[in-house]
Amino acid sequence: MAVEAARDTLTGVDRATVSGVMLASTTLPFADRQNSGVVKEALVLADETGAMDVAGSQRAATSMLIQALKGAGERPQLCLAAEMRKARPASEGEMVHGDAAAGLLVGTGDPVALFRGSHSTTIDFVDHYRSAGMDFDYGWESRWIRDEGFTGLIGGALMAGLKTLGIEANAIDRFIVPIATRGVPEGLAKKAGIRPEAVADTLSATVGDSGAAHPLLMLVAALEAAKPGETILLVGFGQGVDLILLETTEALTKLAPRRGVKGNIARGRKDENYLRWLFHRGLLDLERGMRAEMDQKQPGTTLWRNRKAVLGLVGGRCTRTGTVQFPKSDIGVNPNDHAAHTQEDYPLADKRARVVTYTADALTYSPAPPTYYGMIDFEGGGRMMAEFADVVPEDVEVGRAMEMVFRIKGADEQRNFTKYFWKAAPVG
Amino acid sequence: MARGIKDKVAILGMGCARFGERWDRDADQLMVEAYEEAIADAGIDSSQIDAAWLGVAFDAVNVGPSGIPLSVALRLPNVGVTKVENYCASGTESFRGAVYAVASGAADIALALGVEKLKDTGYGGLPVRTRGTTFDMVGVTGSAPGNFAQLASAYRATHGVGRDDLKRAMAHVSVKSHANGAKNPKAHLRKAVDMDTVLNAPMIAEPLGLFDCCGVSDGAACAIVTTPEIARALGKTDLVTVKALQISTSNGWELQQGGGWNGSYFHTTRIAAAKAYEEAGITNPREQIGLTEVHDCFSITELVTMEDLFLSKEGEGWRDVLDGMFDADGKVPCQIDGGLKCFGHPIGASGLRMIYENYLQLLGRAGERQRRTPPSLALSHNLGGMPSQNVSAVAIVGLADA
Repeated sequence: MAVEAARDTLTGVDRATVSGVMLASTTLPFADRQNSGVVKEALVLADETGAMDVAGSQRAATSMLIQALKGAGERPQLCLAAEMRKARPASEGEMVHGDAAAGLLVGTGDPVALFRGSHSTTIDFVDHYRSAGMDFDYGWESRWIRDEGFTGLIGGALMAGLKTLGIEANAIDRFIVPIATRGVPEGLAKKAGIRPEAVADTLSATVGDSGAAHPLLMLVAALEAAKPGETILLVGFGQGVDLILLETTEALTKLAPRRGVKGNIARGRKDENYLRWLFHRGLLDLERGMRAEMDQKQPGTTLWRNRKAVLGLVGGRCTRTGTVQFPKSDIGVNPNDHAAHTQEDYPLADKRARVVTYTADALTYSPAPPTYYGMIDFEGGGRMMAEFADVVPEDVEVGRAMEMVFRIKGADEQRNFTKYFWKAAPVG
Repeated sequence: MARGIKDKVAILGMGCARFGERWDRDADQLMVEAYEEAIADAGIDSSQIDAAWLGVAFDAVNVGPSGIPLSVALRLPNVGVTKVENYCASGTESFRGAVYAVASGAADIALALGVEKLKDTGYGGLPVRTRGTTFDMVGVTGSAPGNFAQLASAYRATHGVGRDDLKRAMAHVSVKSHANGAKNPKAHLRKAVDMDTVLNAPMIAEPLGLFDCCGVSDGAACAIVTTPEIARALGKTDLVTVKALQISTSNGWELQQGGGWNGSYFHTTRIAAAKAYEEAGITNPREQIGLTEVHDCFSITELVTMEDLFLSKEGEGWRDVLDGMFDADGKVPCQIDGGLKCFGHPIGASGLRMIYENYLQLLGRAGERQRRTPPSLALSHNLGGMPSQNVSAVAIVGLADA
C-alpha cells in the first residue's frame, strides 16, 4: 500500500529529485529490515536516497511530517504512512478499522500547500497499547478516552497551539481530526471556535480508521477538495498531540491528475464474505491443502543480486537493437541479434500492458483462488508471465489493458519472510 | 543440416509397465516390470547392454538423483548409466541418449528407460516444485493445467474461434482418447466418456475442465536399441528403425520478446517437426504419417499440436478434430492407445510409452486396438515445460524398408 501511495504521490514528478523516503506505521511488516528501503527499491529511486521508518504511535505520521516540513530542502522527501491493523473478531476495532496508505512530497520550490507552523505536546496517555510482537490492541474505556484524551489533551493543545501559531480559529477552512468517534471532531471545533463546516469528513463510512495512516490520508483527501488560499489544520493524536498548519497555494490547480483518495475508493470492490475477510486477515486457520506446503524460502543472495528486477520490475533494453525484455540478461532475446552485454536498465512498472494469454487456475495454491495469470505485452516492448490482481471473471480477455501493481508474491511461513513482486491489474 | 540418423538404429525390444495408481509398486519395481518385457522382446541378456539412459522428471519425489537407481534396479553390468531430465520430454530424451550412442558406434546395444512414481505425493496432479531461485522470485508458479489453458485463450483470439466451438473440439479430443484407452489393458483410465460428461466437468483452469486433463500416473517404459545389422544378426526379421529424432528447446523468445509469439501454438514443435520430416525424408506428413502419439497433457495441447506437426492447417485443427480426422478410424489416428489422457502420464516414461505404442502398431502387435491397416511410419511428440517455454521432442519410427 505504501508503494502504491508513493507511486500516486509521485505522479508527474521526476523521481531523480527525491532525496529521501520516510514511512510511518505501527504495523510495518518487518521489525528489522528497513521497510522504507523496500519502498525505495520498488520506486527505483537512486541508491543515494535517505530512508527512515517511523513507528510507535498513532501520530507517527504527523510527527514525521513535522520533521520533514521543518527540514525541507530543494530536493523533496517522500513522506508515506501506511497501516494495516489486526483486530479480533467481534471487537470494536474490527468494525471501525480500515487499511490505507497515503503520501506527500515535502520540499521547497512551488508546493501545493505551505507550512505555516506546528505545535506538539507529548503526554503518556495510554488509551490503548500494543506490546512488541503482539497482534492486538488492548484499550481502555472509551468515555475516558473521549473526555480526557480527545477533549482534554487535543482540546488543550488546540487552545495553546492556535495561540502559538498565531491563527484565529475561524480562519481555519479545513479542520482535520483523524478520530472516528462520533462527534469528537465537531466537539473540538466548537470548543476552539472553528467553523463547523470546516470539520473534515473522517472517511469512516468509506475507508474506516486507518490508524497511523489516517492523518495523512485525510490530509490528502482535503487537498483533493481544497482550493488555493485555504487554511488547513491537521491534528495527530497518540501519547500527545501534533498540530500542523498549512495553507494551500495556486500550485494546487496545476497538480497533475492522479488517482488519489477519491479514485482509490471508487476503484474498490465490495466483498461481503466475512469468512474470507477473516482468512485474509490471518484470523481463520483454513485447510489449504498440500500444494500450499511448497517451501517459499528466499535466498538473501539471489534477492540482493536481482533486487532491481524483483522489487523494481526493472528489465533490460538492448542499446543496439532497442529490444526490451524482462528480466535482463547478458545475451539479448532478440532472435535477429543476440547482442551480448548491451543491455541497460529499463523500468517497466509504469508501462501499460495488454493481455496476450490468460487462465483462471483453480488447481495451483492461492489464498484467493482461482489464480488469474497470463502473458502480457508492455507498451514499448517487453513481455512477461504475470499474476493478475483485482480481476473479475467477466472482465479478463486477450487484449485487456493492464497496469502493474506492487503486491505480496508469497510468504515463507517457516522463516517469516514476506516476498514482494509485481502483478498486473486491469486499468480503470 | 546434419545428415541425421535415419535407419542407423533399430529397436530391438520394448516394454511398458501397466500405468496407473500403482500403490503396490516402488519406482524400481516399475522399472523392472518394463525392463523384463523389453529384454524378453529383445531376446538378449543384460550383459549385452553397453550403456543406459534413465529419464525421470521429478526425481526428488521418487528415485532420487543420478543413474544409479536404474543400474541397481536392473543390476546392469557396471556400464555407464546417465540420468536425464528435460521436463516431460525426459522419456524421449533418454531414448535419444541410447539411440545416439548406437548411431555413433560408441555402443552396440543401449537401453533407455523412463520411470515416474507420481502417486507418492499425497495429492492429485503434478508435484509442486521450485523452478530455480531466480525464477521463483519473478515467475508464476502456476499448475500445469493453468500453464496450458492459456493456449486456448490465445488460440480463440488468434483464429477467431468461438469459446463453445473450441470447447467442443477439446472435448472431442478427450472423448476419442477415452474410447481408445478403454481398449488398452495397460492404460490408467479405461472408461469411455461422452461429450456431455466432458463439457460439464468441473473447471480446473479456465477453460480446461477435469476431462481436458490427462491422468497423473505411476509407470515405466523401456527401449533397447541396436544397429539394424546387429538386430538381424540376433535373428530379428521385422525391423522397426528410427527415422528421425529431433528436439527443440525454447531460448526465451516466446516468453520474453514482446509482440513475438502469440501464445496459440508451440514454436519449438514446429521447428522439431520440420527438422524431423527432413531427417526422415517426409515431404507430405498428412499423407505419409500413418499414426501419431502426441503429448496430449491437455486436450488443447493435442489440438494445437496437430497444427504444429503440419497435419492440420493453422487455425483449422479444431475443425479436423471435430471431423474425426484423428479418431482411431480416422485418416491419421492420434493416441490410439489412449494417450497421456488415458494411458496415463508417468512423466519420465511417457516419451518411451509413445514409441512403445508406435512400435507395437508398426509390427501389428497392438491387439484389440491395432490400427486396421498397420502404419509404416509413426510419429511421437513429447513435450516438456509449458507453451511459453518448453522442450519439444519429435521421434519418427517406421518399418525398416519404409
